[in-house]
Amino acid sequence: MSTTPNVPVAVSLPQPGPLLTRTGWSAFVVALLVVCAVAPLLNLFVPEGSVFHLSDYMVGLLGKIMCYAICALAMDLIWGYTGILSLGHGLFFALGGYVMGMYLMRQIGLDGNYKSELPDFMVFLDWKELPWHWALSDSFIATLLLIVLVPGVVAFVFGYFAFRSRIKGVYFSIITQALTFAALLLFFRNETGFGGNNGFTDFKRILGIPLATPGMRMTLFVITGLTLLGFFLWARWLVNSKFGRVLQAVRDAESRVMFCGYNPLPYKLTIWTVSAVMCGIAGALYVPQVGIINPGEMSTANSIEIAIWAAVGGRATLIGPIVGAFIVNGAKSWLTVSFPEYWLYFLGVLFIVVTLFMPQGVVGLVKKLRGHKGGQA
Amino acid sequence: MRPTLFHGLVRLLLALCLAAGASAHALTPADALALVDGDTDVRIDTLNKLAAEPDEKASALIKAMAEEAVRLQGERVLIVVDDAAVDAVTGEKLPLPDDAGDVMINNRLRSAMDSALAGMELVGAAPERQREAARTLQRSAFEEPDISQLALIDKALAGNLDAQARQNLELAQAAVLLASVDPAQRLAAAQKLGEAKQPIVRPLLLQQMEKETDTGVKAALADSLKGIDRMLALGNTLAQAFTGISLGSILLLAALGLAITYGLMGVINMAHGELIMIGAYATWLVQVFFRQSLPEYFDWYLLAALPIAFTASALVGAAMERSVIRFLYGRPLETLLATWGISLVLMQAVRSLFGAQNVGVENPSWMSGGVTFLGNLNLPWNRIIIIGFAVAVLVGVTLMITKTRLGLFVRGVTQNRPIASCMGVNTARIDTYAFALGSGIAGLAGCALSQIGNVGPDLGQSYIVDSFMVVVLGGVGQIAGTVYAALGLGLLNKFIEGWAGAVLAKIAVLVFIIIFIQKRPQGIFAMKGRSAEA
Repeated sequence: MSTTPNVPVAVSLPQPGPLLTRTGWSAFVVALLVVCAVAPLLNLFVPEGSVFHLSDYMVGLLGKIMCYAICALAMDLIWGYTGILSLGHGLFFALGGYVMGMYLMRQIGLDGNYKSELPDFMVFLDWKELPWHWALSDSFIATLLLIVLVPGVVAFVFGYFAFRSRIKGVYFSIITQALTFAALLLFFRNETGFGGNNGFTDFKRILGIPLATPGMRMTLFVITGLTLLGFFLWARWLVNSKFGRVLQAVRDAESRVMFCGYNPLPYKLTIWTVSAVMCGIAGALYVPQVGIINPGEMSTANSIEIAIWAAVGGRATLIGPIVGAFIVNGAKSWLTVSFPEYWLYFLGVLFIVVTLFMPQGVVGLVKKLRGHKGGQA
Repeated sequence: MRPTLFHGLVRLLLALCLAAGASAHALTPADALALVDGDTDVRIDTLNKLAAEPDEKASALIKAMAEEAVRLQGERVLIVVDDAAVDAVTGEKLPLPDDAGDVMINNRLRSAMDSALAGMELVGAAPERQREAARTLQRSAFEEPDISQLALIDKALAGNLDAQARQNLELAQAAVLLASVDPAQRLAAAQKLGEAKQPIVRPLLLQQMEKETDTGVKAALADSLKGIDRMLALGNTLAQAFTGISLGSILLLAALGLAITYGLMGVINMAHGELIMIGAYATWLVQVFFRQSLPEYFDWYLLAALPIAFTASALVGAAMERSVIRFLYGRPLETLLATWGISLVLMQAVRSLFGAQNVGVENPSWMSGGVTFLGNLNLPWNRIIIIGFAVAVLVGVTLMITKTRLGLFVRGVTQNRPIASCMGVNTARIDTYAFALGSGIAGLAGCALSQIGNVGPDLGQSYIVDSFMVVVLGGVGQIAGTVYAALGLGLLNKFIEGWAGAVLAKIAVLVFIIIFIQKRPQGIFAMKGRSAEA
């Protein structure tokens, strides 16, 4: 192992594996087909009575869960791969959602209850003109930019100060929680110009096209699905890259990474900002599909739930959080309808069981079972 | 009774003619008529004139008027006694005529009447009665100063008076004299009112300030106003400081348990708020039990509730530690998620058991009410008692940690688990005890909080962020930091609230903590040594 000085040593890093395995690629193509072809076909062209018909309710639900899956993926990048548990991702989600909501509010135009240029809640508050932060809300292009910029800048500034003073672990989690709580209080105020308690709702159209049509619903569904799949591939590439491996090293032994000559700050800050932007985009896709955004999205509980999606599916695997988001939210929409009083019990027990018995999540469990089978065979 | 213009004129003329000739001591028909009907100013003047030198009939009439037992039939003033009527002037008894109309009494007249009655009662009454009457007089003089009250007040002052009643009356006199035509009298009145330093005087002085022409009086008025404003400002500051300390004591109670479970043991317990809630619900249950079974001891239910709230939360905490948390020591992020799960379960359990609505917890009678200082500084008893309670709990916890064997073990296990274990300490058991102690303190906090806020399944949620802020700000590892952080945050919050409103104050405090943590990531008091990096 020992090498004499002055002799250059060829260090060969283990080459990153392929982006996806063969099975992985086939699964990805199947998912792509399901999102882009099968779901629209089943929803739009199969008649309603048929067993194969995908109801509008299911399209809405699946679209919503795919937004959550993007959040879970973002959470996995920061928590699963970098070891930083954020309890503030609900804030970034809501920020993206609010930017989109502002655009959608402007799209209502004169069709509001008060037939005014201003959104209804401003008429109600007797405001005469739009506040400054609504200046760009008229333009779709600016909205798209802001969806990325607003959560990005907030995360960057907060992250810069937090990581620079080396706030770690639980401290960081609690501070992000405080940040989200402060924002929640701010957005609840009427005078901040975000619709207060009720937030934004009653959206009519996007880009001039009515929102409440099957075609528009399907389009949003497909866009969300493609975004999710795109983010998945990209995250796959990211964690396999050198950058991604430094992140995992930071997670496992930050001090050692520093002693090796790396400054963890830019790595942490980049992944933190990227993760926040992903959440913001998820929020922006969520709002037109669900039709409402209010400060409730920033509640402490929501942010923690994002963490549990990732944990249920399996941290530090990229497919895990997506699976987790589908499992937990599927269970949520089933339980809150059928047994509303048991939903919180279920969620609470899920938190406990996953942390105690399934640290690798569902994906880890499946891998383990496969391993057992393989061992027997 | 709808007085016509003619009626009114006739009566006014009559009153003027007769008032000139009549003796001040006997109630004349004209006086009686002027008192019960006509222009309010004339009625008040008549009232004060009669009250200053009351004869039996006049005082009977004024009393009857205050009780709304006076009727007017034509120009005859009648007092209703049972079902019959008595002529107010002659004393003649007669059946109540059908055409007798009610006498109108507006608010101004009513307050003048109250003070007139009070003035009449003053002379020769028992000291308590005197004090009360003098207070009434003073209030009415401050609210509706009328120079016609002067005769009444002067007469009362001339008599034998209780010292406190005299003080009130002198103030009333000054208030009335402020409108005197004599500048010297106005000057004296302005100075006198300034010395009294009561906030209620302020509008009166301001009013006079606007119309005052004499420069000397004006200066005296300004001086008096300045003195009162200074005192009001002081009262305001003290009130803010008090609410700040009060909030601090609440934060302290909520955070003290965390200072043990998180600060000493390093366990992130997101269910801490729910342990507070359990304490509050235990208090509520004790209250319900007392109301049903021991209503005569209801006032003391809180004393019984304290140990029960402590035990309930401590048991739940011990169960949590045994079943979940002990498997997660050293994995704080996992602990955070698991305890969050526990908090959801606890919240839903309470909802299933007691309903989603808030339950009503009543203050025992000795906790309601308050004491007032400096005129505008009102300190409610329940807040004062909670401050005292927080101090008591703090002292108890400190003694327990520093003086008892259990405290020694807890500190030992915190500082070095393997060595403590080598010394024969059963560390697992100490963990459970310490966690149960922290949880029990949360229960005590819940008992106290039930006295000042709503008790519902969501109670804990509203304190969890605040309590963690306190512990994080105070620094992990000791209790002193928690105390300073709780008081500091409470005061800061309330002082910002004074000029920015409650929500902005809260946001400002959160932002302050975020910035503070940048500068001192280990809190106000950093632990020294190796454990600081952990």
